[in-house]
Amino acid sequence: MRIIRFLLQKEFKQIFRNKTILAMIIVMPILQLLILPLAANYTVKNINLAVVDHDHSSFSQKLISKITASGYFKLQGYNPSFNKAFELIESDKADLILEIPADFERNLIRKNEQQIFIAVNAINGTKANLGGYYIGQIIRDFNNEIRLEWLPQLPANTQEGIQIVSSDWFNPFLNYDLFMVPGILAILVTMVAGFFTALNIVKEKETGTIEQIKVTPLKMRYFFLGKLIPFWILGNVVFTIGLITAWLVYGIVPQGNLFVLYGFIWLYLLAILGFGLLVSTYSNTQQQAMLIMFFFMMIFILMGGLFTPIDSMPSWAKVIARLNPVSYMIDVMRMVILKGSGWQDILPQLLKIFLLAVVLNSLLFFRKKISA
Amino acid sequence: MKQFLAFVKKEFYHVLRDKRTLFILVGLPIAQILIFGFALTNEVKDQKILVVDNAKDIASQRIIADIAASKYFQIEISTSDAKQILPSFKKGIIHLAIVIPSGFQNDLVHLKKAQIQVIADAADPNLATTLTNYISAIIADYEMDLNKVSNVPLRIIPDVRMLYNPQLKGAPNFVPGVMALVLMLICVLMTAISIVKEKETGTMEILLVSPFKPVLVILAKAVPYLVLSLINVATILLLSVFVLNVPVKGSVLLLFAESTLFIITCLTLGIFISIKTSTQQVAMLVSLMGMLLPTVLFSGFMFPIENMPVPFQWLSNIIPSKWFYIIVKSIMIKGVGFSIIWKETLVLLGITLLLFLISIKSFKIRME
Repeated sequence: MRIIRFLLQKEFKQIFRNKTILAMIIVMPILQLLILPLAANYTVKNINLAVVDHDHSSFSQKLISKITASGYFKLQGYNPSFNKAFELIESDKADLILEIPADFERNLIRKNEQQIFIAVNAINGTKANLGGYYIGQIIRDFNNEIRLEWLPQLPANTQEGIQIVSSDWFNPFLNYDLFMVPGILAILVTMVAGFFTALNIVKEKETGTIEQIKVTPLKMRYFFLGKLIPFWILGNVVFTIGLITAWLVYGIVPQGNLFVLYGFIWLYLLAILGFGLLVSTYSNTQQQAMLIMFFFMMIFILMGGLFTPIDSMPSWAKVIARLNPVSYMIDVMRMVILKGSGWQDILPQLLKIFLLAVVLNSLLFFRKKISA
Repeated sequence: MKQFLAFVKKEFYHVLRDKRTLFILVGLPIAQILIFGFALTNEVKDQKILVVDNAKDIASQRIIADIAASKYFQIEISTSDAKQILPSFKKGIIHLAIVIPSGFQNDLVHLKKAQIQVIADAADPNLATTLTNYISAIIADYEMDLNKVSNVPLRIIPDVRMLYNPQLKGAPNFVPGVMALVLMLICVLMTAISIVKEKETGTMEILLVSPFKPVLVILAKAVPYLVLSLINVATILLLSVFVLNVPVKGSVLLLFAESTLFIITCLTLGIFISIKTSTQQVAMLVSLMGMLLPTVLFSGFMFPIENMPVPFQWLSNIIPSKWFYIIVKSIMIKGVGFSIIWKETLVLLGITLLLFLISIKSFKIRME
């Protein structure tokens, strides 16, 4: 026990000595939580619209003002021809072209049918999809309006209609921050815990202090424990700072029980720290440790379901996602913070993280020596 | 010149000796392309949903069958107890529930109006909106079928065409992004760390007292990473053409020329960071925080810039990767020539020159 106490004293001294690193640990979570949700806003709005109106009728005017009034579209201006509008797309000034053909109004009334042409810059698939959907919706509304205006006695009312009442639970205002902040909190804890442990032992190797540890009568498991505990505490500190920031800045208060949240974090940190230390023992240089960690972190974070749902992934990717601790973490954070899930709800995730923590740490603690 | 080549040779040995690092540097872009190309989609398919059918009549069965038959949804739980919805949401099994009230068909036939309730788990707002849209479309199709409405008067038919990327794949958007990210990683991070490492281990002093221009010592460090980066650009392009089927529409030569310019920008940045820092961990943190994060944030390939607050939009203009991302996207996907992207190229060139001048100014031969 005394050995561990001395080891902890040494580790904490080393952590607190490097002021840059310490500042990073404290400031990073706050900064990231302030910046990332602002930047990671996937709400599709401000779609730049280029209009080519060959008709100049009251209908076309009404349609255009209805589209710009919707709030999703920003009018980039009127263009004399499609080619002029297309140039705007090529230079990324416009995302969507609406071309209203000549005699739009006249043909609509005479022939009862008229096409309008919409071209969407689809390089960004999500934006194109939603943009196309929004404009289709607005055109349909407009269509209904003029139909009512011109043919008020239309037998539309006698047709069978199904009304769809939709409600959005847990986030009725579709606030994107609510979705991103818990996920970013998960990433934050993972990055701090992962990178600092990965660099820790290998730094002792590079500066040569590991040799001194090796010649002291110190059991390897005490050595690892001395590395694990400080970063476990640090991880908790970072998480708590993040949670308080989320509450102060975004007003996000966990709906679920805090014990559930922390109970999961405690196990999760063990898993991540075990992984980081494992990387550190196998690496020869800090550069190497950092790159290996970066490689895994990138895969973990990208495939963790922060940006895109895991359900949409192909089956091979789902297998990787099942081995990915970050995906469980993001899941649980969102469940507990947003939906108020309890112990029973997160039991499957809890068990898997427990298993992962046991496997990773036993790989670590059964090592007899550190490769130099 | 001979001396310089000897130094470059030394640096190549350094890089080639560390097999693990090299493996990751070459493997990283491949893994990224594969992940982005195949695993990350916003495409909705096989979403598990819960159906509460209180009606159990022909109309409700038809609608449920239509939903089950669509490729978007998969009915996970079918029940008549609406109380099951909340716990299922909390467990995260489903993200959408629909409730069909009792007497659905009766209402539809006699009152000409019936309701269906759609409840979405809006913890993920975009997914919730998309799912609600899809289910509404399926129900609307059923309604159309029911009414056989084909000759509605005064019909406006929108003819929507998706330009450049008709299947709405994610690939055209991220291939340029991965390129920027990987080049940033190798050139900034690796260069900065490998120079600072010589400071930390003390070998830098030996190099600086040798009869050799100090600037060339630094430049020699950059050469292997330049070569490695060009190899990675080639790998990414080959993968994107042959695996993701995203062809290079514009000139490949122009693409490589612009990439080289961006690589030089990154190398200068890496050198600048290495001049300003003295330990590997700090250099690493600065590169990660100062360059990689802004690249991910502000280049526009993961997060839409136009949705950001205005100060962020201004800030994004000084991030080199934003300009590179625009250039690559224009050449690869739109196939435009130099006449369209010369402004972006000029900005990139300006940033590079500025960084170069600052680096030269702050470079000291003596160490503390």
